[in-house]
Amino acid sequence: MSSNGTAPLEGPKDFAFTAENLERAKHIIAKYPAGKQASAVMPLLDLAQRQNDNWLPRAAMDYVAEMLSMPRIRVYEVATFYTMYNLKPVGKHFIQVCTTTPCWLRGSDDVVKACERKLGIGLGETTSDGQFTVIEVECLGACVNAPMVQINDDYYEDLDAAGTEALLDALKRGERPKAGPISGRQTSSPSGGPTTLISRTSTSASAPAADSTHGDD
Amino acid sequence: MPKLTIDGIEVEVEPGTSVLQACEQIGIEIPRFCYHERLTVPANCRMCLVEMEKAPKPVASCAMPCGEGMVIKTNTDLVHKARKGVMEFLLINHPLDCPICDQGGECDLQDQAMGYGFDRSRFQENKRAVKDKYLGPLIKTIMTRCIHCTRCIRFADEIAGVPELGATGRGEHMEVGTYIEQAISSELSGNLIDVCPVGALTSKPYAFTTRPWELRKTETIDVMDALGSNIRVDTRGPEVMRLTPRLNEDINEEWLADKSRFHYDGLKRQRLDRPYVRRDGKLQPATWAEAFTAIAERVKGVPGDRIAALAGDLCDAESMVALKDLVEGLGSKNLDCRQDGAAFDTSARAGYLFNTTIAGIEKADAILLIGTYPRWEGSMVNARIRKRYLMGGLKVGVVGERRDLTYPYTYLGAGPQTLQELADGSHEFCEILKTAKRPMLILGAGALRRADGAAIQALARQAAEANNMVQDGWNGFNVLHTAAARVGGLELGFLPGQGGKATAEILAGASSGAIEVVYLLGADEIDTAKLGDAFVIYQGHHGDRGAHRADVVLPGAAYTEKNGLYVNTEGRVQMARMAVFPLGEAREDWKILRALGDQLGVRLPYDSLAQVRKRLAEASPVFRSIESLTMAEWGPFGQAGTIDAAPFHCPIENYYMTDPISRASATMAKCTETFLAAASERTGTHG
Repeated sequence: MSSNGTAPLEGPKDFAFTAENLERAKHIIAKYPAGKQASAVMPLLDLAQRQNDNWLPRAAMDYVAEMLSMPRIRVYEVATFYTMYNLKPVGKHFIQVCTTTPCWLRGSDDVVKACERKLGIGLGETTSDGQFTVIEVECLGACVNAPMVQINDDYYEDLDAAGTEALLDALKRGERPKAGPISGRQTSSPSGGPTTLISRTSTSASAPAADSTHGDD
Repeated sequence: MPKLTIDGIEVEVEPGTSVLQACEQIGIEIPRFCYHERLTVPANCRMCLVEMEKAPKPVASCAMPCGEGMVIKTNTDLVHKARKGVMEFLLINHPLDCPICDQGGECDLQDQAMGYGFDRSRFQENKRAVKDKYLGPLIKTIMTRCIHCTRCIRFADEIAGVPELGATGRGEHMEVGTYIEQAISSELSGNLIDVCPVGALTSKPYAFTTRPWELRKTETIDVMDALGSNIRVDTRGPEVMRLTPRLNEDINEEWLADKSRFHYDGLKRQRLDRPYVRRDGKLQPATWAEAFTAIAERVKGVPGDRIAALAGDLCDAESMVALKDLVEGLGSKNLDCRQDGAAFDTSARAGYLFNTTIAGIEKADAILLIGTYPRWEGSMVNARIRKRYLMGGLKVGVVGERRDLTYPYTYLGAGPQTLQELADGSHEFCEILKTAKRPMLILGAGALRRADGAAIQALARQAAEANNMVQDGWNGFNVLHTAAARVGGLELGFLPGQGGKATAEILAGASSGAIEVVYLLGADEIDTAKLGDAFVIYQGHHGDRGAHRADVVLPGAAYTEKNGLYVNTEGRVQMARMAVFPLGEAREDWKILRALGDQLGVRLPYDSLAQVRKRLAEASPVFRSIESLTMAEWGPFGQAGTIDAAPFHCPIENYYMTDPISRASATMAKCTETFLAAASERTGTHG
């Protein structure tokens, strides 16, 4: 769990949306009926978090509260309830390793170890250069391609220890690896290749499966 | 009107009544933690589960509206099993520290665990521990005891109007608190202690002092403001241990303002417990006989018009009528109960009462606040206005200072100029007042406590009449007093007689030497430097400003130490009862005056409290029955005059210290430091 009810870290004293984000915020608020602008609190907090290196200082929460004319504590309640709001600074690459049952069965322990070994930090820690933060999270809903990690907005799936290390190396080099299954399969199609509808022209009975050891979980 | 059957009893209830309320109506008690009849219903504690026919599982009765033909059972095995399950879950994380918990003996959880608890715990893991929160100098927190009923959050949000409490985190990590450490900035914060069903929020000043079963309880009334909130004084031996509110739907409902709840340690400090006489420029202890002799020697032979008397803010009606009789017996007409110098016209009762009544605020649909800051001048009035605001459709206009009232308002202007516009109908807010069905105005200390008070009062009357505030069965003209003694003094005529001097003239006379003897009956809110060389007799219970200047000090009784009548700002006569005896050689005030009268050759014609009250009834018919409210006839009052254009300004600089008792209180000093010093740092405008 990334958040709890204890008092927040004192971050920067001031926070304000950039001109561009202010436009976006106005657009988001306009989606809700007048007087119900508080409904925009979650997207606005997300916007603030994105603007502020992926974490929410108190000043940003207060700013959002002010903007939506709601009591500050109501914003704090939302921000501390949802784990996707980071209330502490995180690294440039925010790595969330899923360790819930399907990923765990498929080897998420190896992924965690690979991260720890490669980055020299434990779960919940940030590297001294501020580049990486690794945390453990509950199911991110990509069980079909387990095990997986989420790095900032991208999912990297079908990982193993070597794959994870390669991924981290790429990030260290400043690259942005292609998101999705690193095994190369298309989204969540069978890992050994398609087993059905293989040929467009085939009208006869279904083609024999090439290798169906890894069916859908 | 839905009809339903509860435990075989058929009952018909108002539409919208919850099953829990229906059960209460027929005398079936349903256990509950989160449900509170004055707060919204979250239905999160699940303790009030009952069985409902055709429902697949037990239902939370607090949130289930009564329906036609419902069959409810509250006393079945299923219900007991369900409640026991809920209780077991609640107790999982609740510490077993009742022996050191201040709530012990009056704890909802403790009581209900007797009925639904298990005799041992099946929970083998570690209990959750939560860090205590700082909520200011009045509320002590032990958050591990919190069962997350959210009553405090809802109270702060809804009743107090300071949304500062919340539940942060989620699940196991949920914590109730302010998140950012801060004291709850409300003058109603003490009520959080009452609404908390467990020992999570308890009274800081009362911590570890007594157990509820050791206390002797006296039902009396509060004197910290002019509302006469109903309170219960809990005493152990000769000591007041705490004050708690008592239910009175007409005044304070079940709430109490912080000053009224926490000033009690002031009753133990700075007390006058024996007479003093000034000898060689210093106040020295004396006997009653010496004190009386000193007064008699000085007063004898002084012509009546050179004697004056002022009554303070905390005086009971009995002592004021005795002083009035005494001073008038000496031939003086110089007496005033308005020590603050408020110069308003007292010829018509309607002109100085809160005519709408406090409960009547709920019927109003437009309120005009003139020169008043009701949060400080009458916290319960402000709570009632907020309650009315939450019902919806209320318009509030403010003439005076722009301050946070906990509800939105339209700011109309700063001073008499705006009031003039409201009176002659040229202000745009008049449109709102004229379309309102029951408009009202509240005239506060900021408007009346000035030299042109009577003219302001006349102007406000004009505004009330011009804006349809006085109708058949509705009187929207209200004066919000700040002193418990004030209306009592006005009713019994503790006022300058024909040609007599009022407060300002008395003080001026004392400075110039025209007044030789000044009798201060608990009057401390005057500028004592203006008393000049006058011979000052101070009768009261605290060594405050008046006693410091006095030549003779007569120790009286505080409001918890005597039986006395008080009239609140509505004109409601209420009785304060003796909870403890007066301190040391101090005596009940009317008795002191009765005895002094004999020394001065003015025999006061009463020897018992009953006879004093008979005298009061002669002075004013309102004293004929206690706990009653005599409505005032509408009539002309106020005096046209020149009005100073200066803006209205709330004369209360510090809510927590307004009288000798609260000034002596260490708790109130801490509050001053926490709330007002911090506020002045924040805004740089206070103090």
